[in-house]
Amino acid sequence: MTKLSKSLKAFLVGTSVLAGAATAANAETFRWAFQGDAQTLDPHGLFETFTLGFQGNVYEGLVKRNDKMEMVGALAESWENIEPTVWRFKLRQGVKFHDGSDFKSDDVVFSVNRLNTEGSDMKVVAGLIKEAKVVDDYTVDIITPAPNPILPNQFEIFYIMDKQWAEANKTTEATNVKGGDEGNHANLNANGTGPFIVKSRQTGVKTVLVRNPDYWDKNMKSNITEAIFTPIAQDATRVAALISGNVDMAYPMPVQDWKRLDEADGVKPLAGPEARTIFLGFDQLRDELTASNIKGKNPFKDVRVRKAFYMAIDVEAIKDKVMRGASIPSGLMIAPQVNGFNAKLNVRAPADPAGAKKLMADAGYGDGFEVTMDCPNDRYVNDEQICQASAAMLAKIGVKVNLLAQTKSKYFGKVLAQNNYDTSFFLLGWTPSTFDSHNVISSLIACRGGEDKLGAFNLGGYCNPKINELTAKIQSETDQAKRQAMIDEVWQIHADEVGHIPLHQQPLSWGVSDKVDVVQRPDNQFDLRYAVVNK
Amino acid sequence: MFSFIAKRLVQSVLVMLTVALIAFSLFRYVGDPINNMVGQDTTLEERDELKERLGLNDNFFIQFGRFARNAAQAEFGFSYQHRRPVSDLIAERMPATLELSLVSALLALVVGIPMGVYTAIRRNSWLSHAFMTMSLVGISLPTFLIGILLILFFGVVLRWLPTFGRGEVVQLGWWSTGLLTASGLKSLIMPSITLALFQMTLIMRLVRSEMLEVMRTDFVKFARARGLIERYVNFVVALKNTMVPVITITGLQLGSIIAFAIITESVFQWPGMGLLFIQAVSAVDIPIMAAYLVLIAFFFVVINLIVDMLYVVVDPRLRVDSAGGH
Repeated sequence: MTKLSKSLKAFLVGTSVLAGAATAANAETFRWAFQGDAQTLDPHGLFETFTLGFQGNVYEGLVKRNDKMEMVGALAESWENIEPTVWRFKLRQGVKFHDGSDFKSDDVVFSVNRLNTEGSDMKVVAGLIKEAKVVDDYTVDIITPAPNPILPNQFEIFYIMDKQWAEANKTTEATNVKGGDEGNHANLNANGTGPFIVKSRQTGVKTVLVRNPDYWDKNMKSNITEAIFTPIAQDATRVAALISGNVDMAYPMPVQDWKRLDEADGVKPLAGPEARTIFLGFDQLRDELTASNIKGKNPFKDVRVRKAFYMAIDVEAIKDKVMRGASIPSGLMIAPQVNGFNAKLNVRAPADPAGAKKLMADAGYGDGFEVTMDCPNDRYVNDEQICQASAAMLAKIGVKVNLLAQTKSKYFGKVLAQNNYDTSFFLLGWTPSTFDSHNVISSLIACRGGEDKLGAFNLGGYCNPKINELTAKIQSETDQAKRQAMIDEVWQIHADEVGHIPLHQQPLSWGVSDKVDVVQRPDNQFDLRYAVVNK
Repeated sequence: MFSFIAKRLVQSVLVMLTVALIAFSLFRYVGDPINNMVGQDTTLEERDELKERLGLNDNFFIQFGRFARNAAQAEFGFSYQHRRPVSDLIAERMPATLELSLVSALLALVVGIPMGVYTAIRRNSWLSHAFMTMSLVGISLPTFLIGILLILFFGVVLRWLPTFGRGEVVQLGWWSTGLLTASGLKSLIMPSITLALFQMTLIMRLVRSEMLEVMRTDFVKFARARGLIERYVNFVVALKNTMVPVITITGLQLGSIIAFAIITESVFQWPGMGLLFIQAVSAVDIPIMAAYLVLIAFFFVVINLIVDMLYVVVDPRLRVDSAGGH
């Protein structure tokens, strides 16, 4: 009996919610879809672009990037480097969390401590901070282990959580995959200061956000009152959902469907350059390649072979044939939006198969050789096709590429550190999370396996000790001109030694209804603050 | 009867253990889960630590033993991706899959049986030929293609039906149903047709051939000779005697409908267990994959058991056999 009355009550509540939704006046509802879901609502639970970008509608950091990608204040009004290792942040006053409690400096200190708890995936950010100190209710000092001129840039994705709320809900530690329900409250619930409040969420199915009526930024561009997010995994279903008007915005759209979106009524493709650079790399560390017919030596240790590969690959042809003209060929391992980019160095020598063949002969590989190429097939835009095209180009200089294209979990499981970097030749892409060259250099270019723990994603083991020295200096140099000179030096060395072969920056590919205006960020984040439903 | 059921239940535990063992040995080939669980800047030490914490460094038999022990207590661990108990996730998604599967099975029966009877009785009418041709299409087109075509036509071109999802749902206790709202019913149309089409044509063809067989038998001729009305002869006397194979196939197919709803669910982004599973595969979410496969094995076993019991209800000869014990 009680069970029946309970379900009856649930039914009545359900219908009354429906009725409520129908009567809400002048509501601007925005519906959007992405290929996956935010993996957690915990702002310190996963360092991943989409998850953090999604949370950014609910939570806020001390600073943020605006629609022009400039750093502006969010929860901090101003900040300055009062000593080489001390950054002082003046906090915005009168900001409230969604549950009504005030935002103060102890929330910042609490959030810094939370970054260091076991389940946190934001320990990279935690590592930037030695200590956070409350100066007064609205002033915080962040002490860094070494001088760090770009700290604010690295803080955009460090979101602030309410101390009282976390304590009341026993979620003072970041959510952990292996843990009880106790600590996981923040995984499914959120209490930020951002412009949107999580109204309901079913993981992997649907999340409904409603506008925060007390949001501090009264000049926010968005007029959205309710935003409904649905993950749609299948490309065809996502495209159909957009064209049929079931969602107002969806991404990513397959590049080959742009024409269809152009021809369909009421929708258009929105393309732009992403800050992700796609490149090829080779194993230069082992004395013998694990996947090649050359035994007893490693052809990639010879810079002439690497140079020959570089000359054989025609990035313009890849742009025209594979990327439908939408990629931006690159001579550098970083995109123009990334701090430290120097247009003068961004030169891509044209393809020269004849010259490449000659270099191969000089290096003693006139008859070419065989090598296996590792490639993901569902991670980057047209990744497998890029590898196929590269293999065809390399065939012209006598190199027989055996392509091993796999789904991303298999691919990464093979080529990353946990499997001892088992690859001889590979394709990879990278967006620096900090939008600074240092991130790329320290993760991809610096020698791996040393005391300094750099080069974790240097899959090919490219190594020039000079670069590790420079990396440490770049990290702490506060003079921008000197810093740029050192970054330039690294890119020059890397290009001369052909450490990797940069291919291009891949295109962002969104599909948008004519009924809405959105701003596309080069890191593929979507910010509801700049989304407008047209009346 | 009781000992029969008990025996079947013991068998079912063995079946599920075997499925779990096979599934577990396959998980080693699906890739590395860790990379999907951390950001790109997470250090190698932290990755190793996570792997250790999840017990992924233990050998195969220790991992399997731990899984079997927990599963016996209906404890399937935490999903790597959702960071929630797998049992919660499955309970949340199960209503969507079961509603879709049952509606599809019902649709297949309600449409398939009359079509089968009709094509058997009026073998040479143009409508029978049309049904037979259509059934070829239903049996030969892959599910995802039918789904996409339906979406394109009714969703994109005509814009009559929603192209994805389940619409508004109403919570009845822990069960969420889309059968009580207009948008929920509209959302159900295309996925259930997609899922039912294959079964429908299968049932139609099965009923047709069984009917043709039965119509030639003496007792049907005798029923006619007694002057029973044609409809009674066709739908009661003849049809009832075609039902044993139809029930077997429908029962077994119900299991497949639930299991193979995966494809339909992913085409329509239908938030059921199949979608949960397919997403788990691409993210190497081992706890979900293991729990789902064991659960599907359990469904098959239970459905088979019910089918066996239904035989007895439909066919009196079996009743005599079991009671008399020759």
